[in-house]
Amino acid sequence: MNKMNDKYVLRVEGLTVSFDGFKAVNDLSFYVEPNECRVIIGPNGAGKTTVLDLICGRTKATEGSVKFKGQELLEMREDQIVHAGVGRKFQTPSVYEDLTVFENLELSYPKGHGVFGALAFKRDDTVKTRIQEIATTIFLDDQLDEKAAYLSHGQKQWLEIGMLLIQDPELLMLDEPVAGMSVAERKKTAELLNRIIADRSVIVIEHDMGFVEDIATRVTVLHQGKTLSEGSMQRVQNDPKVVEVYLGH
Amino acid sequence: MKANALFTRSEMIGFAILACVIFLLLPAVLDTFRLNLFGKYLTYSFVAIGLALCWGAGGILSLGQGVFFGLGGYCMAMFLKLEASTPENTAIQSTPGIPDFMDWNQLTALPWWWEPFHSLTFALFAVVAVPVVFAFIIGVAMFRRRVGGVYFAIITQAFAAILTILIIGQQGFTGGVNGITDLRTLLGWDIRTDEAKETLYYVNGILLFAVLFAAQFVRRSKLGRLLIAMRDQEDRVRFSGYDVASFKIFIFCLGAGFAGIGGAMFTLQVGFMSPTLVGIVPSIEMVIFCAVGGRLSILGAVYGALLVNWAKTTFSESFPELWLFGLGGLFIAVVMAFPNGLAGIWVEKIEPRLLKAFKKSPAPASPAQQSTPAE
Repeated sequence: MNKMNDKYVLRVEGLTVSFDGFKAVNDLSFYVEPNECRVIIGPNGAGKTTVLDLICGRTKATEGSVKFKGQELLEMREDQIVHAGVGRKFQTPSVYEDLTVFENLELSYPKGHGVFGALAFKRDDTVKTRIQEIATTIFLDDQLDEKAAYLSHGQKQWLEIGMLLIQDPELLMLDEPVAGMSVAERKKTAELLNRIIADRSVIVIEHDMGFVEDIATRVTVLHQGKTLSEGSMQRVQNDPKVVEVYLGH
Repeated sequence: MKANALFTRSEMIGFAILACVIFLLLPAVLDTFRLNLFGKYLTYSFVAIGLALCWGAGGILSLGQGVFFGLGGYCMAMFLKLEASTPENTAIQSTPGIPDFMDWNQLTALPWWWEPFHSLTFALFAVVAVPVVFAFIIGVAMFRRRVGGVYFAIITQAFAAILTILIIGQQGFTGGVNGITDLRTLLGWDIRTDEAKETLYYVNGILLFAVLFAAQFVRRSKLGRLLIAMRDQEDRVRFSGYDVASFKIFIFCLGAGFAGIGGAMFTLQVGFMSPTLVGIVPSIEMVIFCAVGGRLSILGAVYGALLVNWAKTTFSESFPELWLFGLGGLFIAVVMAFPNGLAGIWVEKIEPRLLKAFKKSPAPASPAQQSTPAE
């Protein structure tokens, strides 16, 4: 049993959430291994985003269990889940538009999280170096002093990814990281993701099949809040059930 | 380096100008009566500064700041009233030695919770602590449950109404609708004389700057940037590992503490405290001061409080029945035409022109020296 615990970073078991009787996620179970890149696909309304919301504590589950390195996440507050090592990127780019790129990254730097810690926080060289490093990774080192509001859609997505990277989470959850991006931006993002998923577990929601093929270790297909199919990209693509509800059209 | 400094240059100039206005200009041009009036206006700017942080930066609109202003003011007034109610002064009462309004309401002994206010130290402590504790309770109850926006504003307004009703209803303990009046001395020093009023004006100014420095420190810290981040993307802040509620509680308490100091200075300078300064109308007026000044700017908040109150006095001396319409119109005008208030007009319209004018002038070698005497 202990060995089982060690094998998975994340164990989702019997996860159910009911909104006024409608079960958006219904008795869902899946397991994520260390350094795995799990992609969740499925038609609209399948419950993909809700699954991420449940894991990071944004939505409270009705039943089930989500264990991250043996800790039960369902009983924790959002910020505690973040401190445990789970990072979450939202579907629409959520950056602080009134602040500069530098300040956006600085606020995500994992230090000074309490009220008085934030008052006493000093912008020292370690912080600056780390921000510079991350900014280079996300192609924004020339825009550090620019307000986030002036970035393009793709750049905002990168900035939010950068804000997660600076937290260095063990489990990174990305909701449609390439949605709304140009072809060139998409390519750069795939390259960026491939670099950053190397040493952590990642859960990605994505519609772009080419992109999924590029990054996925395993794929979970959701349909009506349940797992329809799970396995390698090839296996899933050839599953007749998947073809019928999702890939076929 | 830049980011760790307390002021940018233009902020430093702004602070210097305000200091000149408060400590030099106003005392030079106003007689004691008017100076005391401006001192009263400045006590509202303590509240407006708190609102600039809570509402402008943090997006938390409180329509009940009068509660904290009033609590601070009442704490001060209780001390002064006890000092004024010596057995000799109140010898004609059926129970000498207690405040007159208690005697009128057939109270025969000082209520236990009035006792500590014999001590000035305790009273001064309470001026800040009572509003902060009250704000903390409201903050925990609201923000932990994620009550925000309009709902929060309405609930704070309800608190303002409740406190007014409570004060008026419990007149034996609080002085009722008349408030606590006939305040005379502070540790034997007569606060009703002209000299005392002038001294209090300067004390008020110094405290105002202390509060401004504190507010500036918060704004320039990471906490200040977090407030702005929370206002725009609360979820992102939460999922960056911050407990959003604790930051909201902190800034709400800070604003309440500032308001309490303002209330106490009001009591000292005006000589009474009454429920008319606690309720819904004054609370909303305080939001208007902040909005007119520019809700993002702490200096703007001070000017807003000064300007609106000065206008109120001037207009209500000539057209008392029209003032409320004027105030309403002013608020609508600010929201429609200048959403960033006076500070916005300064930053967007006046400052760039001044800078341009100085850049054009000869001797560009010393721009710092040039722009300081500009004002």
